Amino acid sequence: MFKKPVSSSGKTKIKSSVQRNIRQKICEQFPLLEPVIDDVLPKKAQLDLIKAPEKISLYALDNQVLFFQHHNDAIMPHLRIVHKYPQCFPTVQVDRGAIRFILGGAQLMCPGLTSPGAKLPPPEGNIPEGAVVAINAEGKEHACMIGVLKMSTEDIKKLNKGNGVENCHYLGDGLWKMDSE
Amino acid sequence: MEAESSAAGAAAGATAAGEGPTVAPLEVAYCGVCSLPPEYCEFGATVKKCMDWLEGNHPSLHQKLYSSEALESKMGTMTLEAQQKAEKDLAKKQQKEELRQEREAAKKKSSVITIKRVERTKRKYVTVVSGIEAFELVYKTVAKEFGKKFACGSSVTKSAAGSEEITVQGDLSDEILEELVEKYGIDEDNIRQVEETKKKGGSGPG
Ligand SMILES: [Zn+2]
Repeated sequence: MFKKPVSSSGKTKIKSSVQRNIRQKICEQFPLLEPVIDDVLPKKAQLDLIKAPEKISLYALDNQVLFFQHHNDAIMPHLRIVHKYPQCFPTVQVDRGAIRFILGGAQLMCPGLTSPGAKLPPPEGNIPEGAVVAINAEGKEHACMIGVLKMSTEDIKKLNKGNGVENCHYLGDGLWKMDSE
Repeated sequence: MEAESSAAGAAAGATAAGEGPTVAPLEVAYCGVCSLPPEYCEFGATVKKCMDWLEGNHPSLHQKLYSSEALESKMGTMTLEAQQKAEKDLAKKQQKEELRQEREAAKKKSSVITIKRVERTKRKYVTVVSGIEAFELVYKTVAKEFGKKFACGSSVTKSAAGSEEITVQGDLSDEILEELVEKYGIDEDNIRQVEETKKKGGSGPG
């Protein structure tokens, strides 16, 4: 979504009612984030909307993008938020070999998630298709990508081919490099 | 005994402050060169510079990431073949980046910022600044800073050719020249002051 530098056309203040909805949607999507949502997104803070091309909305606080969203799809966290609260987001791990492809903006293929260096949740922790996940990497502490599962984690194990996770935001992409002004 | 249990109680209380366990945010240091978490610098084209920066700014993290043991263990589960391929690709990428930086430096030397004084109406002028992108300056940011510095209207506009420029309200050609040299460190030789005459002139740049 952010392979190119992000060109924004200014920011607007988000009404508090809309802000409440966004907050609620975020908590529904990421229940583990709920205990700290007041730290991430203080109730009284003024959230700004920055419109980016192709129907992408960026939600920013004090000029720092916290979350983003394509059209009305799932809301996704900026990697900085995931780095601060790694335990609040469902996470899968890729092997070391996949890192450079991710940082180049490539889609994440299933084998990168099933090889010995990778980690997927056990069957009882299956993450469904369409869920937003943070991608960690073998030997690394911090996440390098945010994506949407193209199939459930159990299906990734079973099928083990094709595009497993849509690459929506990665370290060094346009969103990451976006200068806060 | 007692001291021990009260200490344990305090620790438990600290984690269970308020409702449920609170999670303190992790403070992540980011690389001052490439902006990524330093553990990912190795995949970038500026890894040499990144390493120097880390050594100067976060020596312990530098030790952790680049000590010989760390380098040995990081290959993890990758096959030897995959490692070699990755290293070759990275070397290529780094070479490209070095070339790019050289080109950029050369380009900077030959680039020119134009400060143009334009008469709007009788004795009313605007000053139009263009070409700053070659010096890695961002139009929007600089426009804002000009506005503050000179306490005047200053905004990013589009030239007839569609490129960006800064339009400052007022006759500020000399002041802007000075600011570009002093604050932004641009060589005076790379700045040209021009005046737009009312007549249509064929005076292109050069
Ligand atoms: Zn770096």
